[in-house]
Order: sequence, then structure tokens, then C-alpha cells
Amino acid sequence: MPLAGALRQGRWSLNLHEYQAKEILARYGVPVPPGKVAYTPEEAKRIAQEFGKRVVIKAQVHVGGRGKAGGVKLADTPEEAYEKARAILGMNIKGLTVKKVLVAEAVDIAKEYYAGLILDRAKKRVVLMLSKEGGVDIEEVAARNPEAIHKFWIDPHKGFRPFEAREMVKRAGLEGNLNKLAQVLVALYRAYEGVDASIAEINPLVVTTDGQIVAADAKIVLDDNALFRHPDLAELREVEAEHPLEVEASNYGFAYVKLDGNIGIIGNGAGLVMYTLDLVNRVGGRPANFLDIGGGAKADVVYNALKVVLKDPDVKGVFINIFGGITRADEVAKGVIRALEEGLLTKPVVMRVAGTAEEEAKKLLEGKPIYMYPTSIEAAKAIVAMVGGAA
Amino acid sequence: MILVNRETRVLVQGITGREGQFHTKQMLDYGTKIVAGVTPGKGGMEVLGVPVYDTVKEAVANHEVDASIIFVPAPMAADAALEAAHAGVPLIVLITEGIPTLDMVKAVEEIKTLGSRLIGGNCPGIISAEETKIGIMPGHVFKRGKVGIISRSGTLTYEAAAALSQAGIGTTTTVGIGGDPVIGTTFKDLLPLFNEDPETEAVVLIGEIGGSDEEEAAAWIKENMKKPVVGFIGGRSAPKGKRMGHAGAIIMGNVGTPESKLKAFAEAGVPVADTIDEIVELVKKALG
Repeated sequence: MPLAGALRQGRWSLNLHEYQAKEILARYGVPVPPGKVAYTPEEAKRIAQEFGKRVVIKAQVHVGGRGKAGGVKLADTPEEAYEKARAILGMNIKGLTVKKVLVAEAVDIAKEYYAGLILDRAKKRVVLMLSKEGGVDIEEVAARNPEAIHKFWIDPHKGFRPFEAREMVKRAGLEGNLNKLAQVLVALYRAYEGVDASIAEINPLVVTTDGQIVAADAKIVLDDNALFRHPDLAELREVEAEHPLEVEASNYGFAYVKLDGNIGIIGNGAGLVMYTLDLVNRVGGRPANFLDIGGGAKADVVYNALKVVLKDPDVKGVFINIFGGITRADEVAKGVIRALEEGLLTKPVVMRVAGTAEEEAKKLLEGKPIYMYPTSIEAAKAIVAMVGGAA
Repeated sequence: MILVNRETRVLVQGITGREGQFHTKQMLDYGTKIVAGVTPGKGGMEVLGVPVYDTVKEAVANHEVDASIIFVPAPMAADAALEAAHAGVPLIVLITEGIPTLDMVKAVEEIKTLGSRLIGGNCPGIISAEETKIGIMPGHVFKRGKVGIISRSGTLTYEAAAALSQAGIGTTTTVGIGGDPVIGTTFKDLLPLFNEDPETEAVVLIGEIGGSDEEEAAAWIKENMKKPVVGFIGGRSAPKGKRMGHAGAIIMGNVGTPESKLKAFAEAGVPVADTIDEIVELVKKALG
């Protein structure tokens, strides 16, 4: 929508690292095992020495399945902590390099539970999910044994009360100190609300052999739209963890998603861009990106969009699909012509324009080396023919 | 027609801002009956001949208001919607994109309790063709006709309306319900209104990946709908876990997949178009 340009906050979903999530949870009263971040094996050793106990070394990367990939290891001595940290730091987990590890006191586990908060779109409320089956992927539990997950939809105005938390603990059959477990759940919701999370999860929520309750692992994803309220958290964004083109596009205020094909896609309106991707796929092509220039875009916006899309070395051709409403097709044409005149258009460009100022746009583009087609489907077929279909 | 017509008296919240002024002009040109505007701190001004008040309460004390359209920036947008609901405005159209989700969770529930209907956020609004436009869509592509449209998208809706208009079929009322994860009104809330509207002969439902509103709509259609419905799903080729422009257009785990939506439509006997042109063909076929 047109308000977006002026008011769009971040476009990325902001995933926090485990140690950052735990810091937040601790602030709201969730007990977490003592831990510190290390960037070098020496630091890991020093932290282990300081704790003077068995520690766990955990890779801090924004992907799931760290454990299976060898990114989580126990160390009994500081020397061992040094060795384990050396093995994990620099490790590649699903395409991401491990740059830091969390060194935390190991916990003696008696029970492992799951507690998570997420938005239930259909119910339009935040739902608490609680399960005795913790320490494993909750989506697996949901698929295998959905009855093992107990749900409670939280009244946004009343919040989550201790008695409701106690009832949930009983309902889910968690064993351990009832009041402490309930306090953790209440604190988890307060944290979720307090930082404007979209996901907050403790997995596993551990009852230790000596009866303590701690969040042994935690995950928080923040709501981008609310980051303006949390400038301290907005700073936690790690640009290197994002695709550089997504970073650049976001600086221009574009909604951009990098995809794995070779046809650059530019359109106005998220729905139209999604439709354009679908069409290109249908006729055998593979889009290289999703890029929405938004509503009411002027020539310079289109020029910048072309700049971002053509910076992608995967792109072998570009398809610009415009339905002029508030956006004027002639403004789009002017942006394309500027890019052309500056020698930016090194790859074939296919366009389909309709709607407001369609005729003016066509006149402007007459005789220019831009391939114009009257319908989206014809333009999709043309660009696929030019760059070659699915490789 | 549903929800709005040429008699609907409209309040514009955020009327003095750039977007608010621009679209107020567009709506006035379309013939929309705009009776007042609100911008806190700008009470007493006039914008395009429309009197501006500091609060919605003052505006409704001086004017009969049937609907409000909101162009207030995201941080204050949910509060603006609540202000309208508390002042008793029965229909609230929230255009703003980028509203914090928890603000919407709270506002949607409270507005419902107060008895107002909220459309959006992150939506293009409502248009009853050749009657009134309470939104930001290009009015000229909507020719008066037979088809009601409910959509999670903006531009794609304009495309569909233009194609239906060019084919001589035309539209009755088009409602853009918004692209956010939590919206005030969903497909299944509006289908009963089209079902009872004598002018609407068929409904086009433009959905997209993410959430389960299409599935809920399909279930309702299967049990209750007396008129033909044609479906469309955007983002069918989108990868999982990626947000496709709209905050709500994201497949999470097994929720929000195109397969699930297509299956639900198939079970409800709703034909699904793959292209905009096919929407027109399927509507023609349904109308016989």
C-alpha cells in the first residue's frame, strides 16, 4: 500500500540468537543457565574456567538443527572447552559460518518440556503451546502426536494470568514445582509481549535433577513492524546474515526476496508480483527474485529497482509487470529509459504495462530496445524463451 | 452492493497527511461523500473543503458518520481504529501497512466487542462501482456489474476488476481485506453479505499463500453459498518460510500452503483460475 514507502519499518524478520533470546527471557524472570559468548577458543576456555564446571559450547547461527550438524558439544574442562570451541568456530552450518559460540553451564536434566508462544492467525490470538515432549522439533511432535501439545489462547487484554498458567501445567501433565513452572510460562508471555515477538520458544524447558527449572535453549523472532518501539533490539540485526541484495533492496525500501532462478522480476503490488512469479514458473522459467516497487512509484524508484535486480549475477533477463493504478505507467517507463540511457540494461528487458497512463508509457518506449507485450502471460513466455527455461 | 453505497458518509482519519490528502482528493473526485476529517492537533482546519477535527468524538458530534477510512502512520494506526470504534463508527477501513501485530491482535478483539466492523489493515479499501470509493484503488477500472470481489491483494484486484469490466461483466462491491496476518474481516465474514445481495451474481475470491482464511471460506461456501464462486491463489510458486511482500504471505510449516487451499476449494466445488484471464472465463462460465 502507498503508505509503505514513507512508513515501512524493517522488511526482514529479525531472528535472535539463542544467547540474545536468553538475555531477554532472563530480564523477564525466566531462569536460564549462566552463559557467555565467545568469539575465540581462548575466550571459551576463559569462560569455562570462570564457571569451574562442565559447560556446553553452542554454535550461534540463525539456522535450526545445530545439534545434528555438530554445532553443540559438551566440555568437562577448560582445555576441552578450548578444543570444542575451536572445532565449532568457523564451522559451516547450512551455508552459514559460525562466528560465535555460547559457553553455558551444563544442566543435569531430569525432564525436558516444550513451551512456545506464536500467533494463531485463524483465532487472531497468541497461543501458548505446552508439551511434555520437549527437546525435540515441535513440528515433528505436532505431526506424530498432536495430542501431546496442549494449547491455550491468550486474551490480549487480560494477559496470561498465573492461575491460567497453573491450569495449563496441570493439563499438559508437566511434573515439577507447579508454581515455578507457572511463573516461567507467565514470564515467557510477558517477554513475548514486552519485546513484540512473533515467536518465543523454550525448548527444552528443563527440570534439573535437583528440581530447578531452567530454559536450556530459547528462540525469539521479533515482529519487524514493532521494531520502532525497540531501538535496542533493532540493533541486533546482523547484516552479514542476510543476502547482500536483500540488504540493498531494503535500504531503498523495496520488498525484495532473493530466489534461485535467473529471471529478474519487478512489479507494483505484492499480489501482482506473486502472480508474475507464478506465471513465469508456469511457463517453465525460474524467477531470480521478488521485487515490489510499491504504490505510486516514481521514475527514480523504478530506476533503483532495476539497479538492484541487475546487480544479481544470476539474472539473465528482467520482466517488469506493471498495472497502473496510483502508479503511473509513464513514470515506470521514464525509470526504465533512464536505466537504458545510463547503460544499466545489460540484459534483455521484457515489459507489460497496463492501466493508468498506459498509452503515454508505450509512446515513451516506442523504438527503444525494450520488449513490450500486451499481456502478462505473453511477456512471461517471451522472457523465458530469451533466457532459456528451467536449467 | 454490500457495505457501502453513494449515501455512505465518510470520515477520513489522518486527512492532513500526504497520503490522506491525496486520497481524499481522489475519493471526492469519485463521488465519495466525505463529511469530515480528523488529525489530532489540526482541529479547525479545512482540507479540500472538508472540516478537520482533533478527535473522532468531535467529528461524530458534528456530522453523521457511517464509515471511517484511516491513513494514520503505523505506530498510531491501531489506536486510530480503536478511537473510531469507541466513537461508534460502524465501519472502519484501515489502509495503513506495517502495524505491529500485537497492536492488531488487541484492536481487532476490542473493535469486535464494540460492534464495529474493521476492514484491513494493510488493505486497499472498499469500492462499490460507480457509487463510492472508500479506499485507494484506481476508481476508473471498476465498471458497475454483477461480480463481487474479496481480495487479500491490491494491484491484482485492480487487474481482475479491469478484466471483468472489459469483458462487460463488471463488479458490484470489491473489498480488499488486507495482506497482514491479523485482519479485521476475512473472506468468510463477507461471503454471507454477497450471498444475500440481489445485485451480486457471482463472487471472485482472490487469496494467496499464508494462513488458513481460504480454507475457512471454502468450508463456508460448501455449506451455505447459493451463488457461484471463482477462486484464485497468489504465490503458488513461492518458497516456504519467505515473506512475499505482504506480511501475511508466508508459508509456515504446513500452514498456508497453496496445496491446502487448492484442495479446500476443490472440495467446495470452487473452480480456481491460474491467470487473470481465466478468472473472467470461469466467471462467464459460472454465469452461463
